[in-house]
Amino acid sequence: MNVTVEIEHRATDPQRHDWVCRSCHTHSDLAAMRELLYVCPQCGYHARIGARERIRQLTDPGSFTELWSGVKTLDPLGFVDLQTYPERVLEAQGKTGLAEAIVTGTATIADTACVLAVMDFGFMGGSMGSVVGEKLWRSAELAAGEHLPLVAVCSSGGARMQEGILSLMQMAKTSCAVDLITDAGVQFIALLVDPCTGGVVASFATLADICIAEPGAQLYFSGPRVIQQTTREALPAGFGSAERNLELGHLDAVVPRADLRDKLGAYLRLLKGGEGPERGETRGPAGRGTGRLAEAALDRAQAVAAYARRALVRGDRESPDEAQDAPA
Amino acid sequence: MHLSEEIERVQTKLKTLRHEAHRHDTWVTVEIARHKERPRTRDYIAHLIDGFEELKGDRLRADDPAIVGGLGWFRGRAVLVVGHQKGRTLDEQTLHNFGMARPEGYRKAQRLFALAERHRLPVLTFVDTPGAYPGVAAEEGGQARAIADTMLRMARLSVPVVATIIGEGGSGGALALAVADRVLMQENATYSVISPEGCAAILWRDADYAAQAAESLRPTASQLYDLGVIETVVREPRGGAQKDPEAAAEAVGAAITDALDELQQLDPEVRRRQRRERFRRLGAWADPEEGLPGAPFSPSRM
Ligand SMILES: [Zn+2]
Repeated sequence: MNVTVEIEHRATDPQRHDWVCRSCHTHSDLAAMRELLYVCPQCGYHARIGARERIRQLTDPGSFTELWSGVKTLDPLGFVDLQTYPERVLEAQGKTGLAEAIVTGTATIADTACVLAVMDFGFMGGSMGSVVGEKLWRSAELAAGEHLPLVAVCSSGGARMQEGILSLMQMAKTSCAVDLITDAGVQFIALLVDPCTGGVVASFATLADICIAEPGAQLYFSGPRVIQQTTREALPAGFGSAERNLELGHLDAVVPRADLRDKLGAYLRLLKGGEGPERGETRGPAGRGTGRLAEAALDRAQAVAAYARRALVRGDRESPDEAQDAPA
Repeated sequence: MHLSEEIERVQTKLKTLRHEAHRHDTWVTVEIARHKERPRTRDYIAHLIDGFEELKGDRLRADDPAIVGGLGWFRGRAVLVVGHQKGRTLDEQTLHNFGMARPEGYRKAQRLFALAERHRLPVLTFVDTPGAYPGVAAEEGGQARAIADTMLRMARLSVPVVATIIGEGGSGGALALAVADRVLMQENATYSVISPEGCAAILWRDADYAAQAAESLRPTASQLYDLGVIETVVREPRGGAQKDPEAAAEAVGAAITDALDELQQLDPEVRRRQRRERFRRLGAWADPEEGLPGAPFSPSRM
């Protein structure tokens, strides 16, 4: 398996025109795969994709505004294993083109404005360190302050061991972030994608109002290897899969990638309550609608992002309601 | 010229030696934290809590003996106590599953927290676990959500919450009982995101590097105090708590009293917000847009 094939935004090799399915080994045209959202046309295998590609797929075109991209990890422990921690971070940044294992901002999804946080497994295994925790906190804080729903796409191999105890503390920090949005009464939807494991599933990801996963995603706290080393138990068929988790009652739904945007949109509108969409409101298959509500949602998402930027520069996060009066 | 070279050489050597000595210290602490004779949660309950009434069961399907809980009097105050229980003899350890809780254990903690909330009782937790139990039934019974929910419910308590790390604070299974207003930690306890062996196996690809991994992880009380993760280092008798359990318990009791005295002066809503802020600050990041580096030492910017 070649990660650069699987994770679209890293497929920079001009030589490469085909995509090989990790599950059925069928070759497909790479350009065609982009249209198919990197779901194998033969067997339906959902390939892992990076945060940027995920955002392209989920959000209405042109609606995403990134926030807090400059937040950087420090090296609080001066951690050295076979490499130093800063070396590992640099390597991950080079490989992914991302500053950290999470991308955050505002967007509209099926014409509903939201705060969006997307984790990237390609960046040090999507491990949750201080930056992931801080950007999730800011996302939750902005969502709470602005009464916008929070949508989190979760994918993680677990803790950022190089940050030691501070990595563990991000489980508590992100759970406290859920406490914050619970107080504010805003909607929180988590989409769990392959693989979503360790501290992330045992904190904010499973605390969402609605928790869904992509088909075939591996979801567990302790993995098969740890279980077998510790208990020597035989694993049941499909252990940890999204489908089995659904059966066991741990998920609300398993949703194919092609349906995700509409499904998220439906959840967001329903959780918001109140009146249904206006009659005659239309939304083309390309995503962003043209009606009044669609425009209003986009304006709102962009205004909130602009507000968050100004607040950060001025340091006055005390009065988040201001953005409601801010011109779009 | 010669002299300065010599000084430099000696200084380098001294640095290496200090480094080695420190590594040695960390591993010694790991061993004391796991010592078979180290006092367990039940020992602290016996020493510190009068009229303890154990309350069992998660009210759903089972009672998990890896987590014990109940009501009692702590120095004249009615409190709820919840803690991991490891056991000492092999039989006890087997009964308590070496302090590795299943979802039933975390759900028992949750329903006991709800009890404390309803009756306005301060919550004392004792943390001593290698980690949550990594078994098939535990996983499929919702271990992940059980841990997450326990943390969220602790965060939402309006009563004072004091956690004490008394042995091994192993990963999420430990943190689930430590989302507290004040986290106290005994001098020879450890608290870490992963066991040194587990960390060595992953990052060094060889579990034999456990001592080195332990040093890198900085799991000791004084190191965690420096990182702002705990509020108080509780002194232990020379050689560790197992040498004089009664004295160890007295020191823990005194530290809990101090913490409770402070916390009970706060308005419940303020206390809850401060608890949230406490965890919001933890981490080490920098934001050039903001120009203010976030660090475990820096005060909250909110
Ligand atoms: Zn296929």
